[in-house]
Amino acid sequence: MSEHHKETFLTKYVFSLDHKMIAKQFLITGMFMGVIGMLMSILFRLQLSNPGESFAVLEFFLGEKWAPGGILDPNIYLALVTMHGTILVFWVLTAGLTGTFANFLIPLQIGARDMASGFMNMLSYWFFFAATIVLLYSLFVESGPAAAGWTIYPPLSALPQAIPGSGLGQDLWLIAITLFVVSSLLGGLNYIVTILNMRTKGMTMSRLPLTIWALLIVAILGVLSFPVLLSCALLLIFDRSFGTSFYLSDIIINGEALHNTGGSPILFEHLFWFLGHPEVYIILLPALGIVSEVISVNSRKPIFGYKAMVGALIVIAFLSFIVWGHHMFITGMDPFLGSVFTFTTLLIAIPSAVKVFNYLATLWRANIRFTPAMLFAIGFVSTFITGGLTGLILGDSALDINVHDTYFVVGHFHIVMGVSAIYGMLAGVYHWFPKMYGRMMNKKLGYLHFWVTFISAYGVFFPMHFLGLAGLPRRYYTNSAFPMFDGLSDINEVITFFAIIGGLVQLLFIFNFFYSIFKGTKATENPWGSNTLEWTTPVERIHGNWPGEIPTVERWAYDYSKPGADQDFVPQNVPLKEGESEH
Amino acid sequence: MSILVGLIILLSVIVLVQILRVNELISEVKDQDANEITDKDNNVQGILTFAIFGVLFLGFVLWQFKYWGVHILPPASSLHGAKIDTLMNFTLGVILIVFFLTQPILAWFSLKYRGRKNSVAYFYPHNNKLEVIWTVVPTLILTPLIIYGLNVWNDITSTDTGNSKVIELYAKQFNWTARYAGEDNTLGKANYKLVEGLNVLGVDMEDTTAQDDIVTREVHLVVGESVLLKMRSQDVIHSAFLPHFRVQMNCVPGMTTQFGFTPTQTTAEMKEQEGEDFEFVLLCNKICGAAHYNMKMKFIVETQEEYDAWMASQETLKNTLTLN
Repeated sequence: MSEHHKETFLTKYVFSLDHKMIAKQFLITGMFMGVIGMLMSILFRLQLSNPGESFAVLEFFLGEKWAPGGILDPNIYLALVTMHGTILVFWVLTAGLTGTFANFLIPLQIGARDMASGFMNMLSYWFFFAATIVLLYSLFVESGPAAAGWTIYPPLSALPQAIPGSGLGQDLWLIAITLFVVSSLLGGLNYIVTILNMRTKGMTMSRLPLTIWALLIVAILGVLSFPVLLSCALLLIFDRSFGTSFYLSDIIINGEALHNTGGSPILFEHLFWFLGHPEVYIILLPALGIVSEVISVNSRKPIFGYKAMVGALIVIAFLSFIVWGHHMFITGMDPFLGSVFTFTTLLIAIPSAVKVFNYLATLWRANIRFTPAMLFAIGFVSTFITGGLTGLILGDSALDINVHDTYFVVGHFHIVMGVSAIYGMLAGVYHWFPKMYGRMMNKKLGYLHFWVTFISAYGVFFPMHFLGLAGLPRRYYTNSAFPMFDGLSDINEVITFFAIIGGLVQLLFIFNFFYSIFKGTKATENPWGSNTLEWTTPVERIHGNWPGEIPTVERWAYDYSKPGADQDFVPQNVPLKEGESEH
Repeated sequence: MSILVGLIILLSVIVLVQILRVNELISEVKDQDANEITDKDNNVQGILTFAIFGVLFLGFVLWQFKYWGVHILPPASSLHGAKIDTLMNFTLGVILIVFFLTQPILAWFSLKYRGRKNSVAYFYPHNNKLEVIWTVVPTLILTPLIIYGLNVWNDITSTDTGNSKVIELYAKQFNWTARYAGEDNTLGKANYKLVEGLNVLGVDMEDTTAQDDIVTREVHLVVGESVLLKMRSQDVIHSAFLPHFRVQMNCVPGMTTQFGFTPTQTTAEMKEQEGEDFEFVLLCNKICGAAHYNMKMKFIVETQEEYDAWMASQETLKNTLTLN
């Protein structure tokens, strides 16, 4: 009963209501932004390893004004750092990751023809698109894009006199993020409603694939926390444009005493991190969901401890709302409050450890099929362990005193949420590509992509811990002003070397992606031998997903290598055999 | 130049496409699916995973500790700093043990359980006992970490600073100014509206406690004597970071923050250990604008006599403002 109305180019590819097309729109926009964000990081890495040296590539991308003589301007260095963070956190790892996989997988895996509201879903993408245009436009304004760090702490972000990026660039940043929040809320509400109300017959909550559990929890986190970011941004807009003093007090800037008194920049930090910390898990949980699915399918084994996996997701999500203060240990907050946040923060290690051990137990006595997706999933487990462990240092208020805002933090969060989430996203793309485009991605290029990425990602981010433990602050244009950091230049060179290699190899992935869309070998309906419902849809990818009736769900998603079964997987729509117990 | 680069990129894409076509055609001739995962793939990738995750990566980690380990934690020069370092070493130890237990398991399982067409995985959906174990064990490891950490934190933040020498750190784009509280050890009141001319900190000279305050451009401390740093900022958020003393606290416009500590080594002693170039420095560690990376002030720890001699050469605020 799919809707056979006539599709024009415009309704099929642009203003599409089909969740699968919207997912691809999010994915390709996210990839585009990913390339820009990554390029920025390579540009500022050049400055960090070779401070003050001239590079033709800097002048090529930034022009005579921002990189005079090929040397990066300090204000533009900060702008690049800010935009790199903004783009990667929000555009790539929030919209690019959740937008892609929530849209693509929710209806397909729960057995629905589309999202609850296709129109809201389309709006969600177009708000995101508008946000993207505004953000990209801010790269071209006279005073440069926002430059107060991705966390845009006022007063720096509030006063154009403090840094040029806090002029028009910051206004555009705030508008972009407002549009982004609207997009994210439209999407999130839709995901929640769809998952709760539109599951096919037999798809009880306890039979949901872990991807869907993760996406449901992420949507709830987003709906509860993004409005706080919006209010946080709105108050900043008021302070910037309408003379209010929510965040400003007792300021002299450029010799001028401002009238604002009574505000508090710390209020901003509380509001910001009330979103900001859940945001970390908004980025991470979809990756955890995808990785659970990919590891189970390619281990040819049920995911170990399904209920514990769901429970761990819920506990992590709950805790993520009461740990935001660990970003603020040294703002002068009450030490007792610091203790509370230390306690809640370190608790997150428990559900995280459960997840890691369950992944390891899934791999135990498996029959691992090394697809590129599986390699990225195993890579995720490795980075999740590495990055998670260093969190034990940062979450401890006493230890944080000395590593707060140093490269230790940069190393930690890039590994645990940056690299891990990117691995999750890439695992998802390689795994579901056949369902997205009806073709396979080239496996050899996939292998090459993974190995170079894996080596360079650790090559970039592991050494940063040493910089941080040496006391090197992040967001420094150069560390040459302090003789105590002179010994660190070889570490910086290693990091930049791997950053360039790691960046270049992503082009190979993009090539593989687009090549395979048009020229890849044709996929079959269920190339990985998967149990979930999306693999029961035809290769042709029709609007409405199933040509006939929606399948009924008879079992959970993880009957792999079940004794007594005819093959090493039993799709969810296959009824239990006589005498067969449900796992 | 740009045309040449464009041409090279175009050529490499064409070459890549051709390689892939050839690869696929060969598979077609051999009647194989070019992208199916074969036993050979599983073998190669399983071995690679073990070699790169388990040997290369872990080897790289050890290599870094060997060659870059010297950079970890510049010597602590304060009473509480030593406590932080012990906690840090303990935590790092726990982390490294867990790291070197779990990462090799991941690499080993990937190799050991690499797939073969004819073998079947072991159906093992859950085991409550195991799951309880790996919930309880991390909890048991975490408990001492949390308790120990909170103890140190409590020690640092609840130190009695009643008798400490009070010094103000005043941050602005892009430099630091210090103010000693003088004989009465009480800082005079200040208001940003009073910042004018030589009164760079906006000190209220009507306030009797302000008269003996002393404004300086570097900070001298007496070894073994506790100090209480009080931080203010004039414009944006800065952060006072003294890595050797294990001190860091944000400087926030509109409010005063503080951090108390006791230096345990003089600059002269540190120079002996670390080389002639050694200085204690104050850095800014909160993004504050273009010259953020260059916002610093020298700290000098010395004996009481040296300190007294230096202090005697400083002008009180009253003298600075009235005599000039």
